[in-house]
Amino acid sequence: MTTLRTKVWPILAVLVVIIAAWYAAALIMNRTLAVEEAARKGEVLTTGAMWLKSYSMDKPLLPAPHQIVKEIWNSTATMSITSKRSLVYHAWITLSATLLGFALGTALGIALAVGIVHNRAMDKSMMPWVIASQTIPIMAIAPMLIVVLNAIGISGLLPKALISTYLSFFPVVVGMVKGLRSPEIIQLDLMHTYHASRTQVFWKLRFPAAIPFLFASLKVGIAISLIGAIVGELPTGAVAGLGARLLSGSYYGQTIQIWAALFVSSIVAGLLVFIVGGIERLVYRMMGARPEATA
Amino acid sequence: MAENQSSVVSAKNLGLTFQTNDGPVNALTGVNLEVRKGDFVSFIGPSGCGKTTFLRVIADLERATEGQILVNGTTPEDARKNRSYGYVFQAAALYPWRTIEKNIALPLEIMGYSKDEQKKRIEHTLSLVNLSGFGKKYPWQLSGGMQQRASIARALAFDADLLLMDEPFGALDEIVRDHLNQQLLELWARTNKTICFVTHSIPEAVYLSTKIVVMSPRPGRVTDVIESTLPKERPLDIRETPEFLAIAHRVREGLKAGHSYDD
Repeated sequence: MTTLRTKVWPILAVLVVIIAAWYAAALIMNRTLAVEEAARKGEVLTTGAMWLKSYSMDKPLLPAPHQIVKEIWNSTATMSITSKRSLVYHAWITLSATLLGFALGTALGIALAVGIVHNRAMDKSMMPWVIASQTIPIMAIAPMLIVVLNAIGISGLLPKALISTYLSFFPVVVGMVKGLRSPEIIQLDLMHTYHASRTQVFWKLRFPAAIPFLFASLKVGIAISLIGAIVGELPTGAVAGLGARLLSGSYYGQTIQIWAALFVSSIVAGLLVFIVGGIERLVYRMMGARPEATA
Repeated sequence: MAENQSSVVSAKNLGLTFQTNDGPVNALTGVNLEVRKGDFVSFIGPSGCGKTTFLRVIADLERATEGQILVNGTTPEDARKNRSYGYVFQAAALYPWRTIEKNIALPLEIMGYSKDEQKKRIEHTLSLVNLSGFGKKYPWQLSGGMQQRASIARALAFDADLLLMDEPFGALDEIVRDHLNQQLLELWARTNKTICFVTHSIPEAVYLSTKIVVMSPRPGRVTDVIESTLPKERPLDIRETPEFLAIAHRVREGLKAGHSYDD
């Protein structure tokens, strides 16, 4: 019962406020369109009819929440998932690029962090470049990367995944460098008295000590991997994926379609972060963490 | 030569100067000391007297800049590589993601003991520090005193003859400390190890030691070496005997002579 009171109600309260504000905004933004359309047809709208119209337009400025929910329902539950109009199909295309990019980014991030912590030259030279890589707008890099990779015969999933990699390796490097350096001097001294090798120090001390840092990074990394995959679909005129849905929606003024794709992508992002959080709790329990520390 | 053979630590004119941003700091100077097999040697003195530094030199965690030191007849580095000592730090430094028995297994894993041998040694050392039955617990489930006992078990697990202890009970309250001191003496009697023990408590040093090394700061040096006349068998109330108080008095005098109460 306490979880209901402390966790569910606050979230619901905020949701109710957002939805109310949304309907108000939709009315204000769509009203003019509705009135103009009625005027073209020579109709005079009562207030009630004007309200209804504002909430049921085909191409509203701001779709009402129920229109988006209906569009999501129509393009997921009522449709074969192999259909080109199914959002499940598009979400899967984007998700597969996200997961591949995330896996590559995590591996790259960990590898770089291990190098930076163990090699003086890498320690002195790598970090500025890692940071510089993130100062370049991804929208500028993405088309070039895809064009270059296409030119050398790589197309399809991998170029998009590489953009996810490009974004997601960064939090992993930063988190893991800090994590691998987190053991206290006393714990490193202890290893020294055992005459432990660097490999032993890594596997028995540095890596387990870095696990909490790793998971914090992974939660950021998985979310921006999804963004990377969507961004990778935008500049290339991709025909499939959530990014492609956003793009075609904006070409044809299909605002409901855009919002539906946006909603689905944020639901997918939420689920991914939730799954990483679940794995985190599982790993912590296996590592004997104090129960309240993981809550 | 017979005497040399039983020498575990032998320092001759040992000095150590740290180079810091504020200029050189003389942590140790002119230290001459012999620790024989089976000795319980305490190092006592105020902060900055170099007692911990000396222990760290023995352990090859610091390098001396002057003089000579032999541990088990070799350099500290070789002694460390031969795994000839166990080190107990001020804090227990147990790995929180390992159970107590896995913490004790840590040095054994690193040194390549077989699984069976690990198991045998874990059981044995847990019983030596009276922690049998706590092997499956995680460190956070144990009290501070029990954690420190587990860290002693970890230092004992690979059966090095020399035990180096750096204020191991410094962070514990006096009741627990008395209890652990008693247990440590029992353990020392049973295992016949050589123990070097850093402390800043006079009663602790006198109660435990066969030899007390009094040190003073700026520069860190040895001001007195006291051979204890107390018997090996020491109940806690030995601390009220005139003999005990006489040794404690001499330690206090040694600390005063080193001007260690100046500031």
